[in-house]
Amino acid sequence: MTKVILPELGEGIKKATVSYWYFKEGEKINEKDDLVELTTDKATFNLPSPCLGMLSEIFFHEGDEVNVGEVLAIIEES
Amino acid sequence: MDFRIFNLGLVDFKKAWQFQKEIFREIKNNYFNGALILCQHYPVITVGRQGRQENIKVPLPELKNRGILMYEIERGGDVTYHGPGQLIAYPVFNLNYFKKDIHLFLRQLEELVIDLLSDFGINGLRYKGLTGVWIDKSRPLYSNVCESIEKGRDKQKIASIGIAIRNWITFHGLSINVKKDDLDNFRLIKPCGMDIEMTSLETVSGKDIEIGHLKEVFIHKFQDTFLWYRKA
Repeated sequence: MTKVILPELGEGIKKATVSYWYFKEGEKINEKDDLVELTTDKATFNLPSPCLGMLSEIFFHEGDEVNVGEVLAIIEES
Repeated sequence: MDFRIFNLGLVDFKKAWQFQKEIFREIKNNYFNGALILCQHYPVITVGRQGRQENIKVPLPELKNRGILMYEIERGGDVTYHGPGQLIAYPVFNLNYFKKDIHLFLRQLEELVIDLLSDFGINGLRYKGLTGVWIDKSRPLYSNVCESIEKGRDKQKIASIGIAIRNWITFHGLSINVKKDDLDNFRLIKPCGMDIEMTSLETVSGKDIEIGHLKEVFIHKFQDTFLWYRKA
């Protein structure tokens, strides 16, 4: 089980908003696939999948705010 | 540091968008570290990820009749207009070679524009939470000694910023309103989703400004601004 965590994005950035999930729960993903797009200020950025596996659970949905360090999703490694 | 500059001239938004993506792929594959793409666009409206269709005030067929195309794109921000009277700059930068700080990058872009405006005697301003570069209508020039009592309330926007970052490589960027006769189409939208007034370099300075000349100044400012925090 691998946790997808919102990483440090720069000084003073404490949170970001989920703008788009590239995959749904239950779908298979490859390592480095674009997993989720987030927004802060006037910038969008992506988080790639950290491993090969299945996206088992999403904790924050499109429009939700996420704090740096929080778990966005769980991937069951294959 | 392999850094390249591309001047596309007056180009369709879509062509420049595709070109950005090609450059992005080359930077991702480490063919070089960064690029600055400069251009102007034929009239176009772009809608960023925070954009809402209701911020376009006219129906899409009317836009088409006016020869204005519309694209929903992956940059941050709401709706904006681009036209031939603007200087557009797309920095495609691998922030792994600089500093992985999204807000610092945005603030540096603003700083660059403020520095560029100062060359024309214009007092560019930043407002917290309102990314972009603004002018205080009652005090637009450095030489204007009139103090604004309600400082900040009469602001006009002169430059807009919206970027996308994938794997810490940036694309999209900023637009600076240059020509005084290319502001009317902003009335078709709520720029950035707000009821704001736009202005231009020519309007504020009262001078004719060639975009070609401005590009040269921009390139120098860009190199000055971004080389200082490059990783050794």
